Amino acid sequence: MNNTCIWILAFEGFGREREALEETVLLRYEKSLTYLSFFLLQQHTTFFTLIRYCIFQITQKKKTFASFFSLLSKTKSTAEMALSRLSSRSTTLLQPFATTSLLRRRHISTDTTPITVETSLPFTSHLISPPSRAVETSSQELLSFFRDMALMRRMEIAADSLYKAKLIRGFCHLYDGQEAVAIGMEAAITKRDAIITSYRDHCTFLGRGGGLFEAFSELMGRTTGCSKGKGGSMHFYKKDASFYGGHGIVGAQAPLGCGLAFAQKYSKEEAVSFTLYGDGAANQGQLFEALNIAALWDLPAVLVCENNHYGMGTAEWRSAKSPAYFKRGDYVPGLKVDGMDALAVKQACKFAKEHALKNGPIILEMDTYRYHGHSMSDPGSTYRTRDEISGVRQVRDPIDRVRKLIIAHDIATEKELKDMEKEVRKEVDAAVAQAKESPIPEPSELFSNIYVKGFGAESFGADRKELRATLP
Amino acid sequence: MAARIHGGAGAGAATALSTFNPKKLVAPSRTNLPAARSSKRCIVAGGGSDASKSLSVRHSQKLIASAAVATKAETSATTGTGHELLLFEALQEGLEEEMDRDPHVCVMGEDVGHYGGSYKVTKGLADKFGDLRVLDTPICENAFTGMGIGAAMTGLRPVIEGMNMGFLLLAFNQISNNCGMLHYTSGGQFTIPVVIRGPGGVGRQLGAEHSQRLESYFQSIPGIQMVACSTPYNAKGLMKAAIRSENPVILFEHVLLYNLKEKIPDEEYICNLEEAEMVRPGEHITILTYSRMRYHVMQAAKTLVNKGYDPEVIDIRSLKPFDLYTIGNSVKKTHRVLIVEECMRTGGIGASLTAAINENFHDYLDAPVMCLSSQDVPTPYAGTLEEWTVVQPAQIVTAVEQLCQ
Repeated sequence: MNNTCIWILAFEGFGREREALEETVLLRYEKSLTYLSFFLLQQHTTFFTLIRYCIFQITQKKKTFASFFSLLSKTKSTAEMALSRLSSRSTTLLQPFATTSLLRRRHISTDTTPITVETSLPFTSHLISPPSRAVETSSQELLSFFRDMALMRRMEIAADSLYKAKLIRGFCHLYDGQEAVAIGMEAAITKRDAIITSYRDHCTFLGRGGGLFEAFSELMGRTTGCSKGKGGSMHFYKKDASFYGGHGIVGAQAPLGCGLAFAQKYSKEEAVSFTLYGDGAANQGQLFEALNIAALWDLPAVLVCENNHYGMGTAEWRSAKSPAYFKRGDYVPGLKVDGMDALAVKQACKFAKEHALKNGPIILEMDTYRYHGHSMSDPGSTYRTRDEISGVRQVRDPIDRVRKLIIAHDIATEKELKDMEKEVRKEVDAAVAQAKESPIPEPSELFSNIYVKGFGAESFGADRKELRATLP
Repeated sequence: MAARIHGGAGAGAATALSTFNPKKLVAPSRTNLPAARSSKRCIVAGGGSDASKSLSVRHSQKLIASAAVATKAETSATTGTGHELLLFEALQEGLEEEMDRDPHVCVMGEDVGHYGGSYKVTKGLADKFGDLRVLDTPICENAFTGMGIGAAMTGLRPVIEGMNMGFLLLAFNQISNNCGMLHYTSGGQFTIPVVIRGPGGVGRQLGAEHSQRLESYFQSIPGIQMVACSTPYNAKGLMKAAIRSENPVILFEHVLLYNLKEKIPDEEYICNLEEAEMVRPGEHITILTYSRMRYHVMQAAKTLVNKGYDPEVIDIRSLKPFDLYTIGNSVKKTHRVLIVEECMRTGGIGASLTAAINENFHDYLDAPVMCLSSQDVPTPYAGTLEEWTVVQPAQIVTAVEQLCQ
């Protein structure tokens, strides 16, 4: 795509709202527009950003305002021809903002009237007919998506700096880039449905209702952490929200997740269990064992493969003969979902929950990506290029996608979203500061919670009359 | 170890007591009558010697069932209304009673359902309780152990059977990381009340892979409890206690002991998970043993008695944690210890027990602790070789004579 396209789209808007355009141009906007060219490659273009680009062109190339519009008029004929070639999706989305007034100051919309959005990519399915691409959502939901994903992103970045400051030790696996999977899943299920995942669990914990303060305390090993500081980054749990962790051994959560589903079936709970694992874990035998049992006993289990294409340093084409993870269930139906699109994830999870309650297990493959390396000790660039990472960040970033949707549907302005992000940042910083002040565990905590009755917290002499040590 | 063992004596018992009729319950601190010294295989329960009285008094301070101890002594010893059964039937009875009592208890394992269990421990249960409570799993130990643990995280109480203990090596990750450690790493949020049980030990020429003793491999896992049953009485009692315990318990049975016959009480009873059993009180030497070696020791005891020795035989039963209280009292009395076990020499239960005794009771010992264990070899198929792998009564007699010089 080249400048022709940009001018064409600008022309489309210009033709209808010339006065507004002139006023807008005179308003001040930020100049950081490098993402615009990628923006316009997708269908969620916004009018505001178009104008910004035009201004950018003017200021950078020092063209006058008049010459700018004369340039536009010259391309009018080519524009009309080219417009017909544009995909229908972009034009339908251009319509809403063309009709709204650009300058009216209004509040962030939080109504719940349904908005139907089409997912960017179709679902690919195996042994089952895929759900519809039209997802019902609402302004409130989209805003909550944005805010929660921004929170998760901020939390992971804060964890990054805390790790480098040596306040977090050991292993720290960050989830930024994959937030849409956690958020979309939460939107489709209730707190009675169980989620179990691997060690990349910070954002899933947050999605389940976990607090920032508990998360950061746990990462820094304080008693106020969700596992009292004894679990660490890989062992976040939240029992009251049916979040079962947080497991360090790759693939070991697969049988546990099927066990959760079994218990739900046993107790007739009408709930499902989502067992998340990665493309690396998809090669574990215990996954197939668990899948076999789940299919045999019709357990309400949804197995979700978060395919971020790299198992630590090994790309998926180097580790799996068949990278179609959703088909690997063989006799179990599967669905491949664009994991960077929170709405697609929501649709797929809703569909999967209905399926699992009636028919037994189903596999979801979430096509997603992680920006950081496997963990904090992995730079993440020895097995993939930085261009690939930045490319995905520019084209497929889940937060930007929701941002564009919000702006396209005029639910909030760019500035309001930026303010929201600043708020989120403050929230995260406050939680980090609070967590830094939290107490470290007492020595007696070493022996608590090993056995359920506090067995071993007192050490008696062999004749049991003399108390040798009390670990208080 | 901790005094809590006693209070927790009812570790299994105490919490369970709140839920049912205490009069029916016995939490025995069991001692056998001196009359049983004549080495019968059938060991009859008794109230009995002074030692047992003091122990049971201490128990009854902690437990509600103070009256029950006396009544128990009456019924089986005097009125003889117990019933005789084989060890696997005792396990089945225990399991069935617990499944009747608590709908959360379920059994999962290979061939436990329709087939009735490879050693008939779960016979008839599938017909009675249905397929959802007695689950035939495919052959995937790692997965079904993990499933049991996942189910336990939500509140079910699965009893996971390994067809042979050796197969549980495939589930080691689940047992070690998820079963043992989850209660700790979740900061106490999740309890894992599973029971993992199965037969192990050297059988009759079963070959190396089917004659494994996993107690030594599992003993370092923090967070689990291990018990080994040896008689129908303690098999049923330990099974029930293990199911009621909130901690993960590994119950080691022995392939060759399933057909032992004994009379057990009719009324409900459970055994203490952390307590050792005094098989035969004595004066000269303490012999510590568990599982099948108990019978080899009792056989050797016959010979020793004829030769004039008076061995004290304790079946330690609780492999993790050790009941250092009973053992300690015995060491203080006899000052000599012989450990007879079927585990491997290196890193086995005996090795840990030797270390524990030396650490705690060094001043009371007149001779170094001697440990007789199986040879550090894969169990051979040939009958004679297999015999030499395991400790035989003759070796026990020689060892006692050596120690008591």
